[in-house]
Amino acid sequence: MVIQKPAIAGTLESSDCMVTVEPGEGKIDLDLDSAVIRQYGKQIRKVILETLQRLDVTDAKITVVDKGALDCTIKARVECAVYRSNGVKDQLPWGGAIV
Amino acid sequence: MKNAVGRDIPDEILKLTGKEPFQGNNYKNGVPFRRVAPIIRPVMDNEHSKLVKDIHEALVKCKAHSGMTVSFHHHFREGDLIVNMVMEEIHKMGLKNITLAATSLGKAHDPLVPMIEDGTITRIEASGVRGKIGQAISDGKLKGLAIMRSHGGRVRSLVTGETKVDIAFIGAPTSDDYGNLRGIGGKTNCGVLSYSHVDGDCAEYVVAITDCLVPFPNFPAHISMTKVDYVCVVDAIGIPEKIATGAAKPTTDQRKLMMAEYCTQVVVNTPYFKDGFSYQTGVGGASIASTISLTKIMEERGIKMGFGVGGLTKPMCDLLDRGMVRVLMDTQAFDLDAVSNVINPAHHRITAGAYANPFNKGAFVNKLDYVILASLEVDVNFNCNVVVGSDGVITGAQGGHPDTAQGAKCTIVICPLLQGRIPAICTNVTTVTTPGESVDIVVTDYGVAVNPNRHDLLEALEKADCVPLKTIEELRDIAYSIVGEPEPVEFEDRIVGIIEARDGTIMDVVRQAKPYKFDD
Repeated sequence: MVIQKPAIAGTLESSDCMVTVEPGEGKIDLDLDSAVIRQYGKQIRKVILETLQRLDVTDAKITVVDKGALDCTIKARVECAVYRSNGVKDQLPWGGAIV
Repeated sequence: MKNAVGRDIPDEILKLTGKEPFQGNNYKNGVPFRRVAPIIRPVMDNEHSKLVKDIHEALVKCKAHSGMTVSFHHHFREGDLIVNMVMEEIHKMGLKNITLAATSLGKAHDPLVPMIEDGTITRIEASGVRGKIGQAISDGKLKGLAIMRSHGGRVRSLVTGETKVDIAFIGAPTSDDYGNLRGIGGKTNCGVLSYSHVDGDCAEYVVAITDCLVPFPNFPAHISMTKVDYVCVVDAIGIPEKIATGAAKPTTDQRKLMMAEYCTQVVVNTPYFKDGFSYQTGVGGASIASTISLTKIMEERGIKMGFGVGGLTKPMCDLLDRGMVRVLMDTQAFDLDAVSNVINPAHHRITAGAYANPFNKGAFVNKLDYVILASLEVDVNFNCNVVVGSDGVITGAQGGHPDTAQGAKCTIVICPLLQGRIPAICTNVTTVTTPGESVDIVVTDYGVAVNPNRHDLLEALEKADCVPLKTIEELRDIAYSIVGEPEPVEFEDRIVGIIEARDGTIMDVVRQAKPYKFDD
């Protein structure tokens, strides 16, 4: 998918994360800030990049401010932000690109 | 060298501090030592005045100098104004290399960070450090070491002479002009002055600071004029509302209520729960809820508590008012209800030494049946960490954790399995503050684990079939299955702090935090 316009998903509540996607400059440009970066930084980054890959996003600036969200939450917030950037609200590919 | 909890204590630190590595709880049991005696400057002249006009004059009269050690108590908790007030004056006088030996430091003391950066304060000894000072120490800004010791351990360090206090500043809610000090009666009541007794006994100079000067004699004195050199009157010594900052209100959090219920079931189904039992608990939401639900069962079964001890809160004072506990022994008032409850004749003030000093002829903690504690982390060896956050930054205090945990017959640690994404039950705690040999039962929202060394307790709980029993490894595995196994936090080589065991040996070291960066 192509990031059409800036979009946000999630909150800054504890155990959540806020994901912002914007049109990129030809590659994935990830800015990650996490309350648990020392313990889970690699894992969080992996989840974000895998989710983008699954959604076929190859060109985006993505900013994640994580407040200790579980992997499933991070995945859901990234998916939501990407679909919002495309204006997609229904007929989401449950069981497909969204696992 | 590896100590008894498997922590590597580098030789350089043993050499630098002259300390031994921790060798087990009772290593120093019965080992004789001589208490140090303080230097006294007798007051015989009946015209002698102890009143000084300000902190500056007190410092001059007490021969304040670079390299000295100054001490403070934390009975005003987050409402404390004394430490900053005195340190600002010391800073103005241009003194350097000060050792700050407070009983504890909190967010109220954030303004001291620039004094750490400019070398005014180069060593800190405290129960622990919260707020920006903790971050500053972890960032390596303190030139010397930070020594974190328990409340009992602090008393030991003063009476053995390991910590030599040059000037003790005792914030006193009321004082007369001769230095009879009380914890109540003024504008900034804190109830008790327990932590400062030992400073009165051991410091070379003792300065009382009050905002309420009362007629002589201010009696019964909690700290006697016989130990006080000077009295300084200031506008305010503390902010009363902030004494209770951080103290929990009765919780409605279902997870905490469930842990409280598990904890209560553990207490009532273990053999020490009988008429006259003794009990200490903390200020956490689950601990307070547990005290409340325990009270119901005590009423049903006609069981009364013999004594309650420690930092006290409203639910404990309610027990006293309702005749459910014979006496309360108070070392610290955590909320204003506890402060005002000290007027009850069965609510006794005790010194921090009587409470927890491992180096006297027996402290109150030794007579505890139950203590209910919290912990940031507990590992599969039942070691607890209450000082350093899982991110490696100093963020808490030992308090009476190691003291009560060793003393009590049944030590129960309540902690939720997960704190956000951080697993509280883990393979290895970040730093050890309380050794696993002191910890008997861990209560989480996912089940209860009993230390395998306590098969008596395990048997009792199995028989009662009252809580979901798990092994500590099972609890860790549940945690890791939800949040993933954390990467080990990386540190710089430099040691910035020591976690001291009760007996003065080294339990663990704290290293400088390393800024996180991805490998690639």
